[in-house]
Amino acid sequence: MRSPESPVLSINGLVKDVGPLPTLDGKMLRVVSGISLVAERGQITALLGANGAGKTTTIECAQGLQKRTAGSISLLGQDPDTAGAGLRARVGVMLQDGGLPPSARPVPLLEHIAGMYQDPWPVADLIRRLGIDSFSRTSVRRLSGGQKQRLALAAALAGNPEVLFLDEPSAGLDPQSRQLVFELIAELRDRGMGIILTTHLMDDAQRLADYVYIIDAGRNVAEGTVAQLLAHELQPGAGEQHIRTLLFDADPGLDFTGVLPDAVDVKEARAGSYAATGALTPADLAALTAWWAARGIMPSSLSLEARSLEDVFLDISGREIR
Amino acid sequence: MTPVPGRSSADTTSTGTPSPGGAPAPLLRRILLQGRYETVTMLRNGEQLILAVVLPLLAMVGLTVTPLLDGLGASRINVAVPGILALCAMSTAFTGQGISTGFDRRYGVLRFLSTTPLGRTGLIAGKVLAVLAVLLLQVLVVTAVALPLGWQPDPLGWLPGLALLVLGAASFTALGLLVAGTVRPEATLAITNLLWILLGALGGIVIPSERLPALAQAAVHFLPSGALGQALRDAFLHGSINAGSVIVLLLWTALAGGAASRWFKWN
Repeated sequence: MRSPESPVLSINGLVKDVGPLPTLDGKMLRVVSGISLVAERGQITALLGANGAGKTTTIECAQGLQKRTAGSISLLGQDPDTAGAGLRARVGVMLQDGGLPPSARPVPLLEHIAGMYQDPWPVADLIRRLGIDSFSRTSVRRLSGGQKQRLALAAALAGNPEVLFLDEPSAGLDPQSRQLVFELIAELRDRGMGIILTTHLMDDAQRLADYVYIIDAGRNVAEGTVAQLLAHELQPGAGEQHIRTLLFDADPGLDFTGVLPDAVDVKEARAGSYAATGALTPADLAALTAWWAARGIMPSSLSLEARSLEDVFLDISGREIR
Repeated sequence: MTPVPGRSSADTTSTGTPSPGGAPAPLLRRILLQGRYETVTMLRNGEQLILAVVLPLLAMVGLTVTPLLDGLGASRINVAVPGILALCAMSTAFTGQGISTGFDRRYGVLRFLSTTPLGRTGLIAGKVLAVLAVLLLQVLVVTAVALPLGWQPDPLGWLPGLALLVLGAASFTALGLLVAGTVRPEATLAITNLLWILLGALGGIVIPSERLPALAQAAVHFLPSGALGQALRDAFLHGSINAGSVIVLLLWTALAGGAASRWFKWN
């Protein structure tokens, strides 16, 4: 459950039509059809969905960049469509395409943006925290994807906002930058910032988010903490159990009937390479290893994996390719 | 501006970074900052400098060494310079500003800045300010080159002349924003450059309507180029105000400004 404190962002029944589009004979296209969500202070709220699910449209309506067709949005208690500079000073935005002028150099650009605020985050500190000093003299157009993302994050933080919107924050980030950015985002959350991010990467949501909204075709399809979503029942009636997958390599062609419960699905993907998925219990593991011991079977590899958010997402939104 | 509870400068000392949340800088400061930033960006752009300074100066020299402006009742340079000032306004406000706004729109710069306290209004105000700042520099450069070449402006022409330049910059800025906000930046680049050449040569801006083909003569008075060129010539040659041209410029400003605010697409 989410905290009863007043949320930083609350969206109710958001509808957004775009167009008219010539490809639809001049008709409007409904890209968001009734999305609702709540984002709390001191939490990272993720909008997870495939490309084209309506995530960016949803947060752009919340930022006041797009006008909604119907529904209500409250950002820090105000309507983003009518709010002024006072609200904008409390909200930081990192756009998917960066939004930084190609000819600009990082430091003067950040100083310029910081000047728009009464009490900005000290630019020198932002530069140090995001490792911008290593490319401070390079123009934006010559930066790598990861450097651009870090600069765009610094620009979004220039006013030291209460609410931070991140649209696909890990796009183009190399592993080191990703670590740096994720650590900073987690730290900001711990300091009380309300962070709303969109991502199509399950891994991002799993690593960062306190609460996840899964969006598909302009609608909410599931929500919860990562743990709640991972416990999402694999089959109806399975209850709130942790689904895990046991991967092991052993002799080919083994038959586990009667060793593991029927609800556990065992597959031999390649000869001798097995995956047992289900609500595995310690007793199941004991039964399996005892069975191996009785037959003198020693697996050449053995690992236990939690179910990934990706599995949940695919379960919920269907496995058909869009 | 709503004060944020629990926020004080003491917060910055304990953790090294201030606690989240804050207020915008005052409106005037935001606009001045944006104006300064855009001015510096314009002046650093080599192509824009050619369009804003080099080509107008070349045109001025060209008009003083050729007999094109002879027989108009005043010296070549006295007829040429007011038109060159008008051309400067078109370079900066229409072509230069239009192209940079078009590409800013492409790269999402307009959208990002409109989420900061600057906002859309502050962004436009900053652009107008930058156009005026660059135009002032152009006037200084053109004057500095024209005076030694024998330019003798009517002293009574300066006040209305500068006011007309501001009005001309306003209508060309509105037109530039209209183009930049409605078509792709590559198309903006082509349209604004092409119009700069066409209006510069045939729009009555540097070459008075008397010297244009008969077909163009009547039309140019209704173009912003012809109206600004004529109004500036009347101001600097005779110290007089051409009311008809002022009305034409006001109409263009209102029409283009209205159309831009109606159809400008931010993304």
